Order: sequence, then C-alpha cells, then structure tokens
Amino acid sequence: MNKMRRTNTFSVRKLPGFPAIAILCFAMLYAPIVVLVGYSFNAGSSLALWEGFSWHWYYAAWQNDQVQTAALLSVVVAVQASLYSTILATMAALGTTRTRPYRGQTAIYTMINQPLMVPEIVTAVALLICFAVIKQATDYRGLIYLVLAHTAFCIPFAYLPIRARLEDMDKSLETAAADLYATPWRCFKKVTLPLMWPGILAGAMLAFVISLDDVVITEFVKAPGQDTLPTYMLGQIRRAVTPEMNAISTALLAVSIIMVSLMFILSRKKSRE
Amino acid sequence: MGNTTSIAINQVSKKFGHGKNLVLALDDVSVEIEENEFFTLLGPSGCGKTTLLRLIAGFEHPSSGHIQLHGEEISHLPPFKRPVNTVFQSYALFPHMTVAENIGFGLTMQDKPTGEIADTINKMLQLVQMEDLRDRRTDQISGGQQQRVALARALAPRPRVLLLDEPLSALDYKLRKGMQIELKRLQHETGITFIFVTHDQEEALTMSDRVAVMNNGRILQVGSPHQIYNHPAERFVADFIGDTNFLTAELLECGEGESLLKLPSGKTVRSGQPEAAVNGTVHIAIRPEQASLTDDLIDADLQGKISNVVYSGSDTQYHIDLPDSEEFVVRMQNRGTLNVNWQAGQKIGVNIESGAVQILRN
Ligand SMILES: Nc1ncnc2c1ncn2[C@@H]1O[C@H](COP(=O)(O)OP(=O)(O)OP(=O)(O)O)[C@@H](O)[C@H]1O
Ligand SMILES: [Mg+2]
Repeated sequence: MNKMRRTNTFSVRKLPGFPAIAILCFAMLYAPIVVLVGYSFNAGSSLALWEGFSWHWYYAAWQNDQVQTAALLSVVVAVQASLYSTILATMAALGTTRTRPYRGQTAIYTMINQPLMVPEIVTAVALLICFAVIKQATDYRGLIYLVLAHTAFCIPFAYLPIRARLEDMDKSLETAAADLYATPWRCFKKVTLPLMWPGILAGAMLAFVISLDDVVITEFVKAPGQDTLPTYMLGQIRRAVTPEMNAISTALLAVSIIMVSLMFILSRKKSRE
Repeated sequence: MGNTTSIAINQVSKKFGHGKNLVLALDDVSVEIEENEFFTLLGPSGCGKTTLLRLIAGFEHPSSGHIQLHGEEISHLPPFKRPVNTVFQSYALFPHMTVAENIGFGLTMQDKPTGEIADTINKMLQLVQMEDLRDRRTDQISGGQQQRVALARALAPRPRVLLLDEPLSALDYKLRKGMQIELKRLQHETGITFIFVTHDQEEALTMSDRVAVMNNGRILQVGSPHQIYNHPAERFVADFIGDTNFLTAELLECGEGESLLKLPSGKTVRSGQPEAAVNGTVHIAIRPEQASLTDDLIDADLQGKISNVVYSGSDTQYHIDLPDSEEFVVRMQNRGTLNVNWQAGQKIGVNIESGAVQILRN
C-alpha cells in the first residue's frame, strides 16, 4: 500500500538535472565553511594563501584577552538566556497543550512564535528604544538588558521542541496518574515532567546555540564594553582580518555542532520511547 | 454475590459540545451495580460505554444526575479522590517506569509505607504471573504482558470498583480467551466489583454476572446473560445478541405469566407474559436454534419453502421463505445423517419450541 503510493506520487528526484542542482546547493552551503575551517589552520597570516598547517591562530585567539572576555560574556549571557527562556517556554507549552481548548489559543500560539516572523532588526530597534527609556529612568546599566533581550528571542526556539514533545505524549498517561490517586501537582512531578524532560533539554540547547550566535540584537542592545564573541568578531573584521577569526569561528562551529548533535540524540531517545 | 449496592447511577445524562455540535452521549441512564459483581456494559460503537466509565472514574462530570458509591455521592469528586481504578484500553502504562514501579504507583501516591508497597507489588506480580519481568521497562514487554501489568497496577490499591474499558480488544483470539478466564479468576479472588466494557456479545455473555445492553446513550435492558439472551425485551437487544427471527403476531389472550399468540400462519402459540403492556399486533422474536423443521406441513406452526441451506460443521442453517415474504432461519444440530435430506426449494414446516417465543416491547 505504502509502496504503491510512493511510486504514484510526484517525485522531485526524477526531475532532469535534480542531482546537479542538489550538488550545487550543497556546495554553496558547505564550501565556504570548509574553506573557513581549512584556513584556520594556516600557518601564515593570509586568508588566501596556504602556508602550511599550524595551530598557531587557535593559540593566538586563546591568548587574546579580548577574545577571552568576549567568550566568557557570550557564555554567561547564553546560559542565563537559555535557562530563563526554557523555564518560560515550558510554562507556555504546558499552557497551550495541557488545558481544555480555550478561545484565542491559536492567537497565543502565534504570539509566542512572533519573534520567528518579525524581522530581527525591528526587534533590535524596539529593544534599543525601550531599554533606553528604562536606562534613563533607572540609571541602571548592567548585563540585565542583554540577558533580557536574549531571553525574549530565545523563547520560541525553546518552546517548539517542548511543545512537540508534549503533543506527542499520550494524554491518557496523566489521566491514569490521576486515576491512581496522584494529585495534579504530583501527577506533573511524577509523570508529565519526567516525560517532557528530553524536550526541555532540547529546547534549552537550541536556545543556548541561538543566543551564542546572535549579532543583530546584541549589537543594538549592548552597552560599551559588553562585547559577545560574535560582536567582537564583527568589530575586528571591520579592521584587519586574520586567520584568528577563522579559528574563533571554527571553535563556535564546533560548539554548535556538539549542541545540535546532543539535541538530535535526545530527540532520537524520545521517539524510541 | 452480595446484595449491597456498590455503584448507583441515578438519571445521569452527559452532553458534549453545544448548539449544532451537541452530542447526547448518555441519555437519562439509571442502573445499580452490586458489590462483587462482574457487570458488563455491552453495546455498539459510540453508544456511550466509555463515557459512562469515565463518569464513574471522575474524568468527566455528569451534565445532570447523580453517581453514588456505597450510598455516598461521588459525582463532584476528582478522580484521585475516588476509590475506583481503571484499566485503560490503551493500557496507559508509564514508559519511564519499570513493571514494578508501575504497579506500585497508586500505593506510592496514597503514601503507603514502603514495606507495604513492596509486599503488595510482589503479591500483584504473583497474581498476574509476571515475577520474572518486574524490572523490565514497559516498552520491552509484549501486548498481553502489558495488559496484565495494567490490570495489576489498577488492582494494587485495592479499589472498591475496577473499571475495564475493552481491555481485551487489542489481543489476539487465543490470548483473549486466556485473559477472559484470568479476569474471571481475578475478580473471584479479589472480590472487587468489576465494571467491564465490551462490544463483543460473546465475551459479555460468557464473563458477566449481569449485562447492560446500551444503544444511543441509553440502557435498554439489564439482566443476567441468560435473561438477556432468552428474554430480550426489545428488538435491538434481540438483534444485537445472537441471531434472531422477527415475526409479527396477534395477541389473543394475555393472562398471568402466559399469553396466547396467533402467528401469521393462523396457528396459535403460547409465550410468557410480555414485559410491557401491549395489545393487538405485537413483534415477537424466536432464536434459530429454538425452532425445528418437520415434514408434517399440516400441524407445523409455520409453513414455507427452503431458500438456502448453509452447512457449518456442527450445525446446519436452513433459510426459509415464509408466505408473507419474511425470511426465517432455523438452525439444527447435525447428528449423523438425520436431516441431510432437506434441500433448497422444498416445502417445509417449522415447529417452534415451547417457551421460544419472546414478545418484544417494540
Ligand atoms: N469529548 C467528547 N466530545 C464530544 N463528543 C464526545 C466526546 N466523547 C465522546 N463523545 C461522543 O459521545 C458518544 C459516545 O462515545 P463513547 O466514547 O462513550 O462511545 P463508546 O460506546 O465507548 O464507543 P466505542 O465502542 O467506539 O469505544 C459518541 O457519539 C462520541 O462521539
Ligand atoms: Mg469506548
């Protein structure tokens, strides 16, 4: 039955030139990254001339005080933003899947995902203006603004995997727990939370990677001296470009790949259950 | 069997949705279920069986009416405050817990002492013969084993009433037969009231102390399997359970416990007293195995022509065209070569056993 349907449907893979186009697309996507990673190991300081293999630029980046400070700030912001956004996203996901259907549910769903649709630059300008007003009024200028901004745009990314996980979950499990004398709170603690845990972890990791990677909003919101790794790199590239940038980029890429792989493993675990 | 009432359902109705989408899932249902009883709700898909169970468990609340447990009103209580447990059709075992943890869940939630929980888990594992699999995860055991874990989990807190929603429907024929016997044994050993849902009439008849036949959100008849089968009160009940012939007849006399009917053929037969007041033309039901064929056309209760002969091993079904065009089926056991000489096209008489005629309400 399945097989028959497959042979009858339109298959894009049978179109003439499909393999060539596919290969071209992959090349466009990955060739620059391969070049970037390759030249991060260049012994010389040119971005175009290969002068032999070396760890030199990684060492240089590691020794660079500014890089260290920016990297630390990136991690501090990403950890906080992913933590707060995951907590909020978890509550939002529970509120949109674990209640009786109510009016305006779709509207709320859309609103939670709004940051995915609004151009980032618009959010950035809005936050800049908003925070400027608050800074004026309170005279407080800490890291809090950056953390708040990151938390806000990370929420939908954390929300999506958690919601997907909750929707996959058999609702009769919670009914069964209630039938077996679990009060709503204990039902949540003993059944809902353990089962949604992989979704929460996946959401947190996605939020972490998204926060780590952000340039536009950070650039607008940050106070002087509050450079994250991406904004530091942006600043450097305006001046002189050395393979040090390649090395930092490659390190960031490695972190992202590790996070995404972990997320993939977690979601695999989920589908096996 | 005790005679105290366990669950009393009193004029319960349940509506879902409103306006154009209004569904009346239960329509003024009243029934009393006795303690230690194996009570079955039987009916076609969508007749409201699950809804009635969910109301008793507390997952839904009645739109009107009352539900009492041992004389106490429970319709306002949440599920976790009712001493009633459910075996779900999908089993709903907790995938992040072992077999033993699943079974102990209810007791843990009741904050029973650890020692007692461990003892009960062991007893339950023994009861459902699953001692070897106690530390398995529930997704690593077979469907029949999951079914037994679900049963043990629901029995462990020793509820007053156990609700079972088509627990056997996902099992294959052989396993189902085995589980039917096991369920009866468990009910007997634990002395807990079982309310069992099925749409399999054979299952209902073999397992139950009493059966309630439902249709369209209403309970049509409650009685022992024998009563339901032999004395169906309504056409739907007679039709839903087993094969039945329907005829119309003239009610001549209606006396104390007995009535006299005139069949379309002009012959008269006796029957029990009708369940409800009826007069004039009545509908009657006759089971195929409670009639027999005869060559004696003159004295037979009905006359017709054999239209079809269906041989099915232990018995043979004769389809007979009656003069007023209704078809009548007679099922006769095959004993040796006694009745192999009746063939399609042949004129034949039908005799109806005494007590076989059942007058229907509609
Ligand atoms: N939550 C609900 N919302 C709306 N209608 C419902 C809901 N639950 C049940 N119904 C309707 O109520 C009626 C009875 O449903 P119920 O599930 O009790 O049937 P059932 O006898 O258990 O059937 P089955 O044998 O198929 O399980 C059906 O018409 C069903 O569509
Ligand atoms: Mg049902």
